[in-house]
Amino acid sequence: MTQPLTHVLDRRDAVACLLADRGDTLVVTGLGSPTYDVHAHGDHDANYYLWGAMGGAALVGLGLACARPERRVLVITGDGEQLMALGGLATIAAARPTNLDIVVLDNEHYGETGMQTSHTGLGIDLAAVAAAMGFADSRTVTTDDELAQLIADRTAPSTGPRLAVLKIRAENRPRSMPSRDAVFIKNRFRAHLGLTPG
Amino acid sequence: MERTAEPDWPAELHGVFRRARVAHVSYVPDAGHTALIDRCIADADMLTTVLTTEEEGIAIAAGAWLGGTRSAILMQSSGVGNCINMLSLPVIARVPLLMLVTMRGEWAEFNPWQNPMGQATEASLRAIGVTVLRADTARDVVETVDQATTMAYDGDQQIAVLIGQRLLGKKQW
Repeated sequence: MTQPLTHVLDRRDAVACLLADRGDTLVVTGLGSPTYDVHAHGDHDANYYLWGAMGGAALVGLGLACARPERRVLVITGDGEQLMALGGLATIAAARPTNLDIVVLDNEHYGETGMQTSHTGLGIDLAAVAAAMGFADSRTVTTDDELAQLIADRTAPSTGPRLAVLKIRAENRPRSMPSRDAVFIKNRFRAHLGLTPG
Repeated sequence: MERTAEPDWPAELHGVFRRARVAHVSYVPDAGHTALIDRCIADADMLTTVLTTEEEGIAIAAGAWLGGTRSAILMQSSGVGNCINMLSLPVIARVPLLMLVTMRGEWAEFNPWQNPMGQATEASLRAIGVTVLRADTARDVVETVDQATTMAYDGDQQIAVLIGQRLLGKKQW
């Protein structure tokens, strides 16, 4: 059963704010709505959209952050996707990249599959998990002001990975679908970085 | 029995990685990989990442490739079962993948719990679309991994090299 819409942040508006001044940030998206949200803001050669590999988004971000230490890497994913990779948060915390930001769009539900309540809707606090693991910054964002503060704070250098949980309204927006051709998106992304196809 | 000198395969694999410009190695530790892991950690030109579960290494390797870095993954056969859905990523994105899998459950195995996954390893990898190569001697391991670096990083293939338990020796209890 869908819970009351207690959260005020709209997922599309929040993602638009996160990406408004993205500069040369490299973006990785988790399957489902986060992929649609990022695409809805505007397709970009420096976006890598996942359509599967659930639990992999933040770790793709880790590999990318280690390969490109001069670029900021932003992973935008959902609560269900990140919950599948709690161990991955430990791996990221231990690896301690200073250029990796993870944003979890947390509607406390599995929105793609019928709005079943997820663990974050049952009391699991992902920001507290990340804090316990040693993320350099970990916070939960529930208001527009807190979102503005997050975006301002993210422009400062970091000593380690950072994670923000954005509490968003549990509602599905119209799908905005990027290419599902993973090879095309890969080659486009690598070309953006000056790498050869392959 | 008298044997001709076998290569120090972990040391040679480290050299293979260096020549192939593998700059990142992730692993869930296994006794069979100990010497290679130690050499990679000691190599100032290589970044190493310890994983909580093997599928993390598959996603990390894909991200590394997006950024232009060659990454390899070391695991035991029991870890292959953890990787299956995550292997969708390199298979569907045609991202180079090189995983070295030390085998359990196939030769003088004392622990029966290792047998189901050990004996399902090759079939599981093939089922998800990974090319499986196998090596049972020290020389074979080196030559197989050496050419697999070309197949993976130049040929965009997803390769698992299974290192036979017979080569690794019987675990001492």
